[in-house]
Amino acid sequence: MKSLVKIMPKKGVLDPQGKAIENSLKQLGFPQIKKVKQGKIIEIEIDADNESDAREIITNASNKLLANLVIEDYEITFLKED
Amino acid sequence: MRVSVIVFPGSNCDRDVAVSLKKFSNKSPLMIWHKETSLPDSDLIVLPGGFSYGDYLRCGSMAANSPIMKEVKKSAEKGSSILGICNGFQILTESGLLPGTLIRNQGLSFICKNTSLKVENDKSFFTHNYNKNEIVNIPIAHNEGNYFADENVIKDIEDKNLVAFRYCNKNGDINEETNPNGSLKNIAGIINEKGNVLGMMPHPERATDDITGLNDGEKFFTSIIESIK
Repeated sequence: MKSLVKIMPKKGVLDPQGKAIENSLKQLGFPQIKKVKQGKIIEIEIDADNESDAREIITNASNKLLANLVIEDYEITFLKED
Repeated sequence: MRVSVIVFPGSNCDRDVAVSLKKFSNKSPLMIWHKETSLPDSDLIVLPGGFSYGDYLRCGSMAANSPIMKEVKKSAEKGSSILGICNGFQILTESGLLPGTLIRNQGLSFICKNTSLKVENDKSFFTHNYNKNEIVNIPIAHNEGNYFADENVIKDIEDKNLVAFRYCNKNGDINEETNPNGSLKNIAGIINEKGNVLGMMPHPERATDDITGLNDGEKFFTSIIESIK
């Protein structure tokens, strides 16, 4: 089973990288782009009987290591098998 | 005096801090590799600066979960003193020994320069040889030194006088202009409530020898050594 953990800066947390990308895009001539945030995506292959078990394990892993809950939120999704 | 310096893969200030400790105590600390699962009884444990695990994922996040950190946490609970400098401060916040976290510098640049700091807490285990509001000159060298915590945590830290140092200028002014990295309230170093854990981004071990042109780290190390005695 494959899963993606999307980790994003929490609302209100300074995101200097997102801001730099946003400014760069404005300079490049994309006035329509209003706001950019930068996060990260972690792809995980996991052995589990079902999505619910897998979600529990990945939630635990995210809380322990993948995300820093002081500044980040995360979201777990599952990829369809090829 | 029993001091252990933890060495992670990518630590690069471990020797510097050992040299400073030896200079003022005449005793060499033990150097402990991060994979060790036991820690000798230590009055002080130092998490040195550097780039542990290549700063992968988040600075300090891997080191915070390395085998030795279980022992460091146990020792902290038992009352050993823990000092984290730069990457060591990042490891302390990632491991939950200190509140908040350190994010990317506001200006997105790695900053390496001498900075003025104002000593705010002059009563602690680590800082009692300084005077309150003394302005000291100590270098910083980091890319992720921007201290962040939610409002309640900041209020709590300030109410309980747990800010050890704040960034300022030579006159002691603390404001946006004298803030090198965007840290909330110009916070450069904090102490835990129990008073036995201190984390700071500036490098006092780089200010203990005439050869570096700076000596203001001396009172930091003599404070610690006298506290242990």
